Amino acid sequence: MNINFRSEKSRKSGITLFIWNFKIILFSCIFLFFNSCSRDNSIMEGNEENRTLPEIMRSDVINQGDNLYAVKAPPFSEDIFPCSGCHADEEPNPNRRQLVDMHDDIDAIFSHDRENRWCLDCHSIDTRDSLKLASGKLIGFDESYKLCGQCHGDKLRDWKVGVHGKRTGEWNGKKQYLLCVHCHNPHSPKFKAIKPLPPPVQQKDIQL
Amino acid sequence: MNPISQSMQKEEKSNSRREFLKKLPVLAVGAAALGGCSQEEIEEYFQQNFKTLSKEEKDEIVKNLEKKYSEKYGKEFTVSDTPATEGILFGYALDLSRCIGCRKCVYACVEENNQSRDPQVHWIQVLQMEKKKGIDLVHADVHYNPEKVPEEGHFYMPVQCQQCRNPQCVSVCPTKATWQDDDGIVVVDYNWCIGCRYCMAACPYGARHFNWGEPNIPDEEINPITHYLGNRPRTKGVVEKCTFCIQRVREGKYPACVEICPTGSRKFGNLLDPDSEIRYILENKRVLVFKEELNTQPKFYYFFGV
Repeated sequence: MNINFRSEKSRKSGITLFIWNFKIILFSCIFLFFNSCSRDNSIMEGNEENRTLPEIMRSDVINQGDNLYAVKAPPFSEDIFPCSGCHADEEPNPNRRQLVDMHDDIDAIFSHDRENRWCLDCHSIDTRDSLKLASGKLIGFDESYKLCGQCHGDKLRDWKVGVHGKRTGEWNGKKQYLLCVHCHNPHSPKFKAIKPLPPPVQQKDIQL
Repeated sequence: MNPISQSMQKEEKSNSRREFLKKLPVLAVGAAALGGCSQEEIEEYFQQNFKTLSKEEKDEIVKNLEKKYSEKYGKEFTVSDTPATEGILFGYALDLSRCIGCRKCVYACVEENNQSRDPQVHWIQVLQMEKKKGIDLVHADVHYNPEKVPEEGHFYMPVQCQQCRNPQCVSVCPTKATWQDDDGIVVVDYNWCIGCRYCMAACPYGARHFNWGEPNIPDEEINPITHYLGNRPRTKGVVEKCTFCIQRVREGKYPACVEICPTGSRKFGNLLDPDSEIRYILENKRVLVFKEELNTQPKFYYFFGV
């Protein structure tokens, strides 16, 4: 219909054009009538709120500067922090060993250069509620990216400019960024395989 | 031309005219029935190409559409016609070394951009390819469905509109229903598209999709925040495509696929801003464009983040 309308319009001229247009307009109107006027225009009830994307890390903002917002560090496993809650009464044991009674769950999954590293390379033996840089400097758990960046300097550099890792919000304004440990388990940082969402339908799947 | 065929032609012509005259009474009824069509519907049918409209005409059209969609879907709709901003050229980068092929982007896009659920329209296709073969389209699989991704020895390449600087789909459109806006987004005026699908044939990325049937979206899943040239509800018989989420990016937000990506593989920004994430990637990473040899000059870049 539309093709006729436009291509004919350019071909004809003068009175012919007028007559043709008239005919086509009539046809068009009838077409329009049967197609759109008969459509069900009933108003549906319902007062659902405007839906947006799942915004998993939207709130919980702690930090502000240069339009960049850090998302609050992810929560610790239940009842595990502060570490000093248990460790204050314990005699520190600096010997490298396999953990059996406590933190055996972490030991079981630990795969972050397991051969060469263990707990006290990153956790402070004296100040249990802090992390420890290679220099001996103590940092809080909310600054863990500094610890990661000691080895993964290239990632830290890319992360700072928003290229490694995910940023959400405004491409030209306020954004939220995630800490390394939002996405990577510090004890087993490699991404785990996940179930993919369904593939697109194929012709053979379509039931007629 | 011989006389017989000439006379045959004449006959055919007069025949068709006779046919037309025969149908006149039906036409008369139809014309009378026009009274049943609302002013908006008639106006919409004779609406000109969106690009040629004045501000007032656009406002009027947008207002009518909002009313129409709100009634149809039972919730408040906004149809924006926010134009491109000067000094912005949108670009996109996707990290091939990080994409795990989970298809979250595919479905976030469907929801954000009101793509038909059945018949199914997906603006993003994720290709699974073998690492040892590299980017090899002959052996690429879009229907992969293992228990877990990423699969050993494979990598994933999501393909969507590459927002070419030299868009073939635009060159071939016989009605100028699709064009590249000033911020680089290739858009479609669904009211002006005649559904000839020339653009689909011309696009080397398979990025354009046709509504073979009336699009079908559950009322509760429809996204009512729309743009005229983007995710507003489409009709049967028009072509649609990725617009970088025009309704989001022209309001400053990241596209939906960027926000959903669990590995942060998707990056977006202003190519004209030297401090943007996208410019950092172009200047510091190994970057490729898909089917470079075709000279489509995409603004969608693939890169290796590691």
